[in-house]
Amino acid sequence: MSAAGGVRLDGVTVAHGGTTVLDRLDLSVGPGEVMALLGPSGSGKTTALRAVAGFVRPSAGRVLIGGRDVTGLPPYRRGIGMVVQQYALFPHLRVEQNVAFGLRARRTPRATITGRVTEALEMVGMAGYARRHPRELSGGQQQRVAIARALAIRPDVLLLDEPLSALDARLRSGMLAELARLHRELPHVSILYVTHDQIEALTLADRVAVLDQARLRDCGTPYELYRTPRTAFTASFVGNANLLPVRGERDGRVRLADTPLRVASGAAGPGAGAEATVCVQPHLLRLLPAPDAVGATGGAGSANVLRGTVTAVQWRGHTHRLLVDVHGHEVRADVGDLRQPPAAGDEVALAVDPEDTVLLPGGLTDGGHRG
Amino acid sequence: MLVHSRAGRWTAWTVFFVLFLPLFALPFLVVLAASFATHWSGALPSVPTLAHYREALHGDSLHALTTSLLTATGASVSALVLGGWAALAAERLPRRLRRVVDALFMLPLAVPSVVVGLCLLVAFSQPPFLLNGTAWIVVLAHTVLVTAFAHQSVGAALTRLDPAYEQSAASLGARPLYVLWRIRLPLLLPSLTAAAGLCFALSMGELSATVMLYPPGWVPLPVRIYSATSRGSLFEGAALAVVMMAATLAVLLGVSRIRNRAAHR
Ligand SMILES: Nc1ncnc2c1ncn2[C@@H]1O[C@H](COP(=O)(O)OP(=O)(O)OP(=O)(O)O)[C@@H](O)[C@H]1O
Ligand SMILES: [Mg+2]
Repeated sequence: MSAAGGVRLDGVTVAHGGTTVLDRLDLSVGPGEVMALLGPSGSGKTTALRAVAGFVRPSAGRVLIGGRDVTGLPPYRRGIGMVVQQYALFPHLRVEQNVAFGLRARRTPRATITGRVTEALEMVGMAGYARRHPRELSGGQQQRVAIARALAIRPDVLLLDEPLSALDARLRSGMLAELARLHRELPHVSILYVTHDQIEALTLADRVAVLDQARLRDCGTPYELYRTPRTAFTASFVGNANLLPVRGERDGRVRLADTPLRVASGAAGPGAGAEATVCVQPHLLRLLPAPDAVGATGGAGSANVLRGTVTAVQWRGHTHRLLVDVHGHEVRADVGDLRQPPAAGDEVALAVDPEDTVLLPGGLTDGGHRG
Repeated sequence: MLVHSRAGRWTAWTVFFVLFLPLFALPFLVVLAASFATHWSGALPSVPTLAHYREALHGDSLHALTTSLLTATGASVSALVLGGWAALAAERLPRRLRRVVDALFMLPLAVPSVVVGLCLLVAFSQPPFLLNGTAWIVVLAHTVLVTAFAHQSVGAALTRLDPAYEQSAASLGARPLYVLWRIRLPLLLPSLTAAAGLCFALSMGELSATVMLYPPGWVPLPVRIYSATSRGSLFEGAALAVVMMAATLAVLLGVSRIRNRAAHR
């Protein structure tokens, strides 16, 4: 159990009966790193995790754990901790027996087991529940026990498959904080964390890998993916961004229909007439003082202004979400809880700073993803 | 009860009494009444006595009871081991092959048990497989006949077993045998005990194959009941039948207690 942990997937391909569910996945998680595997349902996240755990055999590629090629090894010889979506606590065993299971299976001396079980249960705050059976626990408690069970064998690699998906929103944010604390206590453990929830990924991960349709689409720090996505898919899935098709101008600017837009500096503008995509995140759009501002750019300064017709208003507690039809494209804008929100049918003007207007090359072919 | 309205409940009870009582309960009640009787010429038996029971729990009859209990225990345990093992092993087979194995195990049910008895008689009457004339051939026949049920119910339970349990166990470092022993078998325990009960009951009542095979020193209870009734000692046969039912019921209740304990953990 040295510092030589970490996981590497080398061109891992998995096919189920002719369909490729994982296509040449290259991924490396350093020792002590938290990598989130983010993607929509059916994108192959669980499959990637199962390939690391040894439950599916890749048709091509290699899996390395701690620098050792484990592609041909059965699951029980890989020495990883895994928490599956349904927790799968053994129903006929008490909490303490569940946690001790991995140690017993490895023939750890009895005296050591007792100490490790207590330690693991304390780490997840479940020491008081050792004598209970799994069905006597709530979902969140079961999940903690599942984590304790995986941690008790002191793995270098921890695989978590949507561990929080069965919990309600409040419990989930609590568990997120606990997972972060847990990782601070176990700084050498590499964590591969599967989720389809971008908040979880952004909160917990050092890096995020974005999967879609069996392929790795993007990989980077949460901040990079959120603010400067490299693909339209990442922009919409991770950043919830609006994707708008634009055309290049001769002066390096772009135009959405007849609205000229300035984009973040640094991005090379498309050639004149070339198709490109602009990403704008809903929370970065501001509602300009309407209705007298229609036609004027009052208050917008150097910002880009999008004009359109409100099609729907959704109140979300801390924000109003406006759905605005801008030149036939639906734009989502999250504006702070308004005293007097506009109504459907109103003409509004939305402003966004050029720095927050991210330009991506290529047209809107793959459609992106609606968050 | 799933029936909520008062009228619905009344209808359900009426149907129960009209159908269930004559169909299931009445024959048993008649046997029970007959077992205490010395004469039965009117509508009801007369001159109650316990003599038949005294007879049924002594000498050859008592021996027949223990013979049946031993045979049924031996057959259901072997059926459970064989059928369960086969079901566990068949899981790894390709689907088509698994169907073939399933069908093979069902075969003894498809042919009349007399034929099964005859087959065993032919197969085991020659050295080196000389079992004819021993108790073993009876136990063997019962095992062949009830293994199908054990195999079926264990197989069905296996397909319902969530693979997440064994996979979690494997990821924690448990070898397949350890997973089987500590996780899968305990999770299968309710189905295993149910299968055991079924096999036991079937073996207790088996007659047609048994009559072809039983040696003089190994006369199971159904054979004895059959010979008692066929020579006209109806009341004695009835007492034997009641004893047999009571013994089977006691064993089944014991087994279901184990099952309840397993299910409630
Ligand atoms: N055993 C299997 N046989 C056939 N197809 C499978 C099998 N397992 C998974 N798939 C397919 O592989 C694809 C990826 O599945 P996977 O479970 O990895 O998705 P996921 O990203 O984890 O999705 P979710 O977020 O819904 O859990 C899916 O389209 C699924 O239908
Ligand atoms: Mg999944």
